[in-house]
Amino acid sequence: MSSVPRPVTRVSAGPSHRRGRLSELALETLIRVLGFSTIAFVGLIFLFLLREGLPVFFEVPPGSLFGPRWYPTFGIFGTLPLILGSLLVTVLSIIIALPLGVATAVFVREVAPRWAREVLKPIIEVLAGIPSVVLGFFGMTIVAPLVRQVLGAPTGLTAFSGAFLLAYMALPTIISVAEDALDSVPRGYRDAGLAMGATKWQTIWRVVVPAARSGILTAVMLGMGRAIGETMAVMMVTGNAAVLPTSLQAIFRPVRTMTATIAAEMGEVARGSTHYHALFGIGIILFVLTFLINLTAASAIFRARRKGGLR
Amino acid sequence: MIPWKAYRRAARAGPAIALALALAAGLAGCAAGAGRGPGSRSGASAAAAVSSIQNTGSDTLLNLALAWAERYMSEHPEVRISVTGGGSGTGIASLINGTTQIANASREMSSEELEQARKNGINPVRFTVALDAIAVVANLENPVNGLTLQQLSDLYTGKITRWSEVGGPDWPVVLLSRESNSGTYLYFLEQVVRLGNGKGKELFSPETLLMPSSQGISSEVQQNPNTIGYDGLGYVTPQQKTIAVARSAAGPFVAPSVKTVLDNTYPVSRPLFMYTAGEPTGPVKAYLEWVRGDGQKLVRDVGYVPLTEAAK
Repeated sequence: MSSVPRPVTRVSAGPSHRRGRLSELALETLIRVLGFSTIAFVGLIFLFLLREGLPVFFEVPPGSLFGPRWYPTFGIFGTLPLILGSLLVTVLSIIIALPLGVATAVFVREVAPRWAREVLKPIIEVLAGIPSVVLGFFGMTIVAPLVRQVLGAPTGLTAFSGAFLLAYMALPTIISVAEDALDSVPRGYRDAGLAMGATKWQTIWRVVVPAARSGILTAVMLGMGRAIGETMAVMMVTGNAAVLPTSLQAIFRPVRTMTATIAAEMGEVARGSTHYHALFGIGIILFVLTFLINLTAASAIFRARRKGGLR
Repeated sequence: MIPWKAYRRAARAGPAIALALALAAGLAGCAAGAGRGPGSRSGASAAAAVSSIQNTGSDTLLNLALAWAERYMSEHPEVRISVTGGGSGTGIASLINGTTQIANASREMSSEELEQARKNGINPVRFTVALDAIAVVANLENPVNGLTLQQLSDLYTGKITRWSEVGGPDWPVVLLSRESNSGTYLYFLEQVVRLGNGKGKELFSPETLLMPSSQGISSEVQQNPNTIGYDGLGYVTPQQKTIAVARSAAGPFVAPSVKTVLDNTYPVSRPLFMYTAGEPTGPVKAYLEWVRGDGQKLVRDVGYVPLTEAAK
């Protein structure tokens, strides 16, 4: 029996070779179709968004579409408070998250001993896995009362509470991307810094972090993208009052974000009504904003590369 | 040579075609699955051994609808009723789109919704199933016990911004409301904010916090002494204070209860509805008859007000 296979294998060398090529072809085609279908799906989603949302830009005159009052049940579709609300919460969350995130990344990458780094990294990744509803509940029961009692605001459901939770959600993204950026700074930079007589702190602060700045900027932009699209936690803690945030005090007042508006109102609307189109219109505005943020990030990286900076 | 080339070309295209077919089949399967909603099931329900009823809508009515469905299913094992909330608007939209057989609503359908329904070939039929009082709630620490409708209107339009203006301490007022897809929102707007004036133009102050759920209102009222909120009587917990309401400054301040709703002394009460698409038949008809008959015995336990003989 054992002597039989030999000639058989030699004879079948041709077909099996051909079969190998065939299966390779099949696999290649499969991967290609899958790859292109992803692009097609994104395109189709965008088309759907445009089809459902564009009518609002004709149904509602632009003056009132970007007006200061949002009362959709009564045909008043002023999206300005929603746009500003989203921006306020997002920017605020980045202001909170950026120093924390960069400091953590510097600590994990540059300062922490090896064992601490090995413990910290997975924990930071676990942070990213906490469902936003859980964070929202935490925000509603712990953060909001604290904000009210400590800061003396009339209610704890404020832009600040939302930004606080969003900062927490953006942190894992910011930390891991910033850490990668620090990681790609060549060892030579650090050696050179130390050789010039700089202390470890001076080397980190004056040499390594500036060298990784475009990577850190990417981290911030990705964190922002995460924050502006977040819905559930924001809806639970920001109070959802469509007030125009005009003064600095607005930080400690309720706001209504674009995402929370879509989530809260989409269930109610009749298909094809102006309100329905308006919600998709908000979706388009959100899409454009996110796109602009990503574009800024990409062009910043491109410019930094051309200048000869790192990453 | 030529057949070999053709074979290879076919081989190259083959998997793509096969995959496209598989994808198409899969999508068609999904679509068929999605299409097998309650609409298509209702046709078969009369004959089937187990018939199922979809019941969607008002969050105000949700607790009661659940209690009814549970009791009815234990008495009639051949019927399955699935109850979901989401707001009156959501329920009515589902009825119009044909994805639910019974829509719960804490308000009447608007003229736009009726027109939309007619466009979809649906003729909604309304049944009054219970009465509800809308309770005005505040934090237990708040010393204010009673408010007139006018004061409530001034509070919710933002004319009054401090509790001291209505006899309370010098605290800021934080207004809480349900989201605008709630029937309670519209009813409160018409009956309280606009004081029942159908032509009123008053709106909720933009400072009003719109809470996505009854739970959101009760938790904020419990922990924040500045707040005032409103919700269906069935949702008021002992951790909140119910404010007595008077029609005018002279009139009696009445706290909401089954008794005060039935004798019509509490000013903010309303009927609750179930809508069906066309006159109900089969199990849906039997269920609605039970709800308006024997089912009324459950109403008081859940915190709502049963129909009086007259209201039926």
